[in-house]
Parts: sequence; C-alpha cells; structure tokens
Amino acid sequence: MKVITKTIAAGIISVAMLSPMAYAKKHPITGEELAANQTYTYRLLDEIDSLDPQLIEGVDASHVARDLFEGLVNQDTDGNLMPGVAQRWVATPDNMSFRFYLRQNAKWSNGDPVTAHDFVYAWRRLADPATASPYSWFIEIMNVENASAIVSGEKEPSTLGVKAVDDYTLDVKLSQPMPYFPKMVAHTSTFPVNQKVIEKFGADWTKPGNMVGNGAYVLTEYVVNERSVRERNKYYWNNDATIIDKVVAMVINDENQAYARFKAGEVMKTDIPAGQFQRLLKENPEETKSMPQLCTYYYNFNMTRAPFDDVRVRQALSYAIDRDVIAERILGAGQTSAYVFTPPKTNGFVTPDLAWEHMTQKERDQKAKELLAEAGFSKANPLKLAILYNTSEDHKKIAIAISQMWKQKLGVDASLENLEWKTYLETKKLPDYDVSRAGWCGDYNEASTFLTLMMSDNAQNDSKYKNPQYDALMKESTGMADPNVNYTQAEQLLARDMPIAPIYHYAEDIAISKYLKGWPYNNIEQNIYSKDLYIIAH
Amino acid sequence: MINFILRRLMVAIPTLLVLIVVSFLIMHAAPGSPFSSEKPLPPAVKANIEKKYGLDKPLYVQITNYITNVVTRFDFGPSFRYKDQNVNDLIAEGFPVTLKYGSIAFFLALIIGVSIGIFAALKQNSWQDYSTQGFAIVGQVLPNFVMAPILVLVFTLTLGWLPGGGWEGGQLKFMVLPVIALATSYMASIARITRSSMIEVLHSNFIRTARAKGLPFRYIIFRHALKPALLPVVSYLGPTFVAMVTGSVIVDSFFSTGGIGIHFVNSALNRDYSVLMGVTILLGALTILFSTVVDIMYAWIDPKIRY
Repeated sequence: MKVITKTIAAGIISVAMLSPMAYAKKHPITGEELAANQTYTYRLLDEIDSLDPQLIEGVDASHVARDLFEGLVNQDTDGNLMPGVAQRWVATPDNMSFRFYLRQNAKWSNGDPVTAHDFVYAWRRLADPATASPYSWFIEIMNVENASAIVSGEKEPSTLGVKAVDDYTLDVKLSQPMPYFPKMVAHTSTFPVNQKVIEKFGADWTKPGNMVGNGAYVLTEYVVNERSVRERNKYYWNNDATIIDKVVAMVINDENQAYARFKAGEVMKTDIPAGQFQRLLKENPEETKSMPQLCTYYYNFNMTRAPFDDVRVRQALSYAIDRDVIAERILGAGQTSAYVFTPPKTNGFVTPDLAWEHMTQKERDQKAKELLAEAGFSKANPLKLAILYNTSEDHKKIAIAISQMWKQKLGVDASLENLEWKTYLETKKLPDYDVSRAGWCGDYNEASTFLTLMMSDNAQNDSKYKNPQYDALMKESTGMADPNVNYTQAEQLLARDMPIAPIYHYAEDIAISKYLKGWPYNNIEQNIYSKDLYIIAH
Repeated sequence: MINFILRRLMVAIPTLLVLIVVSFLIMHAAPGSPFSSEKPLPPAVKANIEKKYGLDKPLYVQITNYITNVVTRFDFGPSFRYKDQNVNDLIAEGFPVTLKYGSIAFFLALIIGVSIGIFAALKQNSWQDYSTQGFAIVGQVLPNFVMAPILVLVFTLTLGWLPGGGWEGGQLKFMVLPVIALATSYMASIARITRSSMIEVLHSNFIRTARAKGLPFRYIIFRHALKPALLPVVSYLGPTFVAMVTGSVIVDSFFSTGGIGIHFVNSALNRDYSVLMGVTILLGALTILFSTVVDIMYAWIDPKIRY
C-alpha cells in the first residue's frame, strides 16, 4: 500500500513539476512572473531600408540593428551609457584619444570572438567611399582622425584614426577634442560587422542564413514588406540574462490598421493614429503612452529673401505663434511648446533663460505687432508669404493654425504651399521658399547634434543663417570640458536672431501592451534593445 | 492566328522599349533624387553614392546601360531605397504573392460576377434583379480602401475569426480578407456588364428565332446567348486581370501581404528608380500579353472576328 501511495505521490509531483505553473519563471530583478511565450511582436511603419549597420539610415532599421549587432556601448532605459562590447573606456586628458577595453567573452553568432579588429574594419568601411554609406558623414562629425579626407577620397581608409592595439583593445584618435565621444558610439553606424561574412556573401550577407551578428538576436526570417523575425543568439555574451526569445517586426503601413491589429492582439506595440491620443488615453490609459523625444519641430525663415532678412520680421512672426495652442490643442499628445531649438531634456543641456519665453502670449503678440510695424508692415501694407510644408495632415493643420494666428494678430497674408516629400526637400534646399516647416531629431544625446545645424557652413542650415559669433561659439565648444556654457549662449543668439521659430518638442505616442515591460520610457533617444524587454504572465 | 500572335509579339518589343525610355525620362525629370533626405548628404558622400548607383553618368548612358542589363542579363539593378535588395529579388518575392491572391480574387470575381449578371438578366425587372443590381452598385461604390477596414472591423475585431493582416506564406486564413477586399468591386462591375450585355443578347433576333423553334430555354442560354453576351466582359477582363495580379496598393499596404502592388506608389514617392522601372516593365509586359490573350479569346468566342 505504501509503495502505491508513494508512486501516486511521485506521479502527482512529477505532473505538477511539468505543469507551466511549476516552471513559471520570474524576472530576476523585479520578481514578476514571466509569460511562457516570450515573443515580442511589433509594428513597423515601413519596410526598413537596410540591415547593414554601415548602410542604415532609418530609425526603425536602427532598432532592428541594435538587436542583431552590439556596439562598443549600450544605453539603459534612461539613456545612460552602459558597457556593450567595451567593458570600460578611458580618454586622454585632452579628450583627443580614447581607448576602449573590449570584453573577451563577446562572440559572433557563428561562435567566433568579437575583436577590436572587427571595429576597425567596420569604421573604415563606414568612411570608405566604396561603401557609399549615407551615414559616412557621421564618422566625420565624430572627428575621427582623417575621416573627412577618406570620405572625400583623398586618403586611404587604412589611415583612419582607429587602431586595434591587440584583440581586445581599441584606440581611437580624434582630430579635435570630443568629451562626449563615447555617447556617439552608441550609434548603429559604428557597430562592428564580420569581415569574413561580408567578403564571402557580398551584398547578400544580410540575408537570413548568411548574416552573422554579435547582438542578442539572429535574423531567422525576412519577407520584404511583410515581416522579419529574429531569435535568441546562443553565443551572445549575456544570453542568460535575455528574456525575450523571439522578436517579430510586422510591416503595417496604415496606422489605423496597425492599431486595429494591436487591439486584436496581433502586435504588442504600435504608434497611436494621428489625432487619437487623447481619446485612446481615456479609453485605455494603461496601454496608451507618450514619451518625450530628442526632436524639435520648427519653421525656417529664408534669410536670403526679403523681408525675412529683417530680424524684426522674423521675431514678429515667431512671437505671434501661440505654441501652447499647437502643442496642447492641435496635437495634444505629449508634445511641449518649444522656445529653444535643443530639447530641454537633452543630456547636460542647460536651457537659457529667455525673456520672450517668460512673457504671456498677449505680451508676445503686442511685441510682434510693434516689431512688424517697425519693419514697415501694416494692415494697409500687409506682409505676404507662403508656408512650405510636405504632405501630412499634421503639418497642414499646424500651417493653417499659424497662418490664422499671423492673420488675426498681425494682418499677415499667409498662403499654404504643400509639396510631396522629395520635391519639398529639393525646394527647401535651394532655398526657394519664404517660410518652411522642418523637424530635426538628434543623432546622439548632446546639444551639438542640434546646434551645429545652424552653423554657417552646415548643409542642413536651411534658413541660411550666418553669424560668425555663433560659429565661433560652436567651434570652441568641441574642445571644452563642459561645452554646455557655449550651447546656452548659442541658443541665446538663436533667440535674438530668430533664423528659425522653434514650435514644439516631439513626443512619441505609442500603444503598448500592458504585459510588455522594460520599455525605455525615459530614454529620450528611444533606443530600444529587445534584450531588455520582457513579457509578464497574463 | 499564329501570324497574328507573331505580329503582336513583334510590336510588343518596340512598345516595351518606348515604355522603358519614356518612363526613364519622366522619372528622372521629377524633382528630388533617391538620396535626398531631411539630412542632406555632404557633397563628397552624395557623389560616392551616385557613383555607386551609376547616377553620375549622363542620362543617355544610364538608359543604355539599363536596357543592356535588362535585355542581356535580365538584371533590373539594385533597389535604391532597400539597400540590401535588388529589384529581381523584390519582384521574385512579391509577385507570387500578388499573383496568388490576385488570381483567386479574379476567378472569384469572374465566376460570381458572371453568375449574378446572368441571373439578374434572366430575372429582369424582378425583385431578384433589383436586389442583385443593388448589391452590384454597393460593391462598385465601396472602394477597397473602405472595404478593407470594414472587413477587419467585422472579421478580426468583432468576430475574431480571421487575422487582420500578414501573409504567413499564403495560408488560407491570411488570404481571405485580401481576396474579398480586392474582388468585391471587380465582381460588381463584371455583374453589371454581364447583365447589360445578356439583356441585349436576349432581345436579339437570333434568340427570338431559337425560342420560336421551341428550343429549351437553358439550351438557348448556354448554347446561343452566353458566348456573345460575354464579349464585353472579355474585353474588360484583360486589363482587370493585369490590375489584379500585379496587386493593389491598398490591399498590400492594409493587409501587409508583402506583394508588389505597394511598390507602384512607394517606389515613385521614394524615387526608387530601379524598382519603379521594374514594376513598370512588368505591368507593361503583362498588359501587352493579356491584351493578346483577350484578342485570341475574342476570335474564339466570335468566329466572325478575323485578324
């Protein structure tokens, strides 16, 4: 009898141990119970442009690349730098050279070790004109020695200021001091690639089965305009700490359809359809989120064209824009009014104390009227202008609102000029416009990623602002231990000269499953690493 | 007939060449380049990229090189937008998808549309006729960009029967909604064309004669009326088949099928020259091919037609 009882008891225990409850894992830090199925499925707005770290341009493609490859550094959920392939790094006192000490347990997905030589190869590849990388300018702004000369074909890629001292030590030499250099190597264009694989497969090296990466995941499936799948890389050095097993990116162009599929449980994360944030926040607050982004929406004034070469006109037009109305009522999804170009949440940035920001909108409107009158415009002699924007409902709504504000407050006759994306870019670049919309997102979390745009010789300076004092401040900032003093002054010059009218700082609005945890809500760059996410039991 | 087919093929080659050259010139005349972006590239970088894609050469050299590559190696070049893909791969992956759901939608639209059309014609001015006509009008005025979200609302969100998108290698449950969204308006058009044509034929003298001879009604319909009634339908089918099997921008975009339909618009907006040329040539070649097929079917249906 005893034997029978013991056998039955053993059977019950065995069955219990095999049941999901008995095997339910818990998150090692939070203690939350984890779901048995750790598949994270999300929506991509458009097919990604590339999976090759040195050829990627788009933000969505960078998210994928952060799963498939790992750079020298990573970021945590707050955007702070964390060791990646590099365990630690040191700078010389003049911030002209950096040494990265690489971990010895980092491996490629074929089991080969990741070495400093892989980074040297990738960085030279980024600068090499033969690669024709659309981001080769990034290694120029990183100021790696000889980068510019290599990109323009004047020097050989082998002369780039990056060297493998040994397999696990990487030295970088810069052409000018860059205290924030380590922040820049979180960018996907600097991620290592496997030379042997690229040489073996050529352009096909990014195809599933061919691709070898060093990230937490490997590419297992790729169907253009439908889906891509990445699954756990057993060779990833921190694979034991990775919880998500599989990541599926679904291409869904239509944002309303994407939201429908979110509601149907087909995707765990998507973007909120335009204009629906407030409604969805009320209906489903737990799964409707807004996060600040490292981006600014602004209007350019074409300073090569009268009367926009007159600072009074530019100031008047900028002052008369009621930013709160645009950010809170027209958009209303977490965007914030902008009075400076650099988003205030940018790491280390000290926002200047600007007099016009502290005025009430009524006071700003009054000042705007006075300035425009001084410039010679009145209701009898109205200022006429056209607002150029690219096709988008939001750009249109904002342009209509601003043109109405200008009309009512200043008597300005503003017409709207809508062009499709590529034609708009071409027109803006010429520049053949009066006032044009623009948006800018930082490539790294530091104010210079915004402020260098307004330097006289910068190709992205669409308003054609030229101020030697501004240029000098920005040039000087690159060598400073704390460049934020100069950044604050530079913003003050922009507020005075008003080549652009900052309008709002972006927010990213997402619908995200309440069961998906670890999302980097406080990372203003929104750099997502699937290895840091997890799905709780539900 | 063989002479006719050969003649048509001989004309097809210069037609395609003209299509390639004209499309190429129009495409390059559009403002903006494949590589213009919010972050303009430094001149040296832009020059490197243009050199890689051969855009640094004069336009006539680019056209010559393009045609040579297409004709001699069937190489449509690399995609400018999707840097890891070439156009041959994009078409090879996407076309079978659109061909599959497009063909099913086509035959569904044809069979149901013709059946409804004949039924309505036979029941002319009855409640059955009015209700099928009503159905056809609703089907025609509901474009697929309206139809698609309604289908998702009903079958995915409310009933939970079918997935709202994806393709998954063409499994049946993923194909149902794209097929219905694509087929509906074509089905309605075919029904209306068939009905009108059938009514016209039924009132013709030879049908009256057949009836006077006491032939069974079913025999008259299938033996005498159907073939001439289908002539206008057949002329509609050629371009319709091409439009359906090359995919729909809306269906591809809404249901994420991975088909090539989406490239027709996206490649133009992205100035992805090579993809735009690839899908244009595919569409042109299929249009010529199916116009020929329609002409052959015409001759089969109506032996009086001679070429």
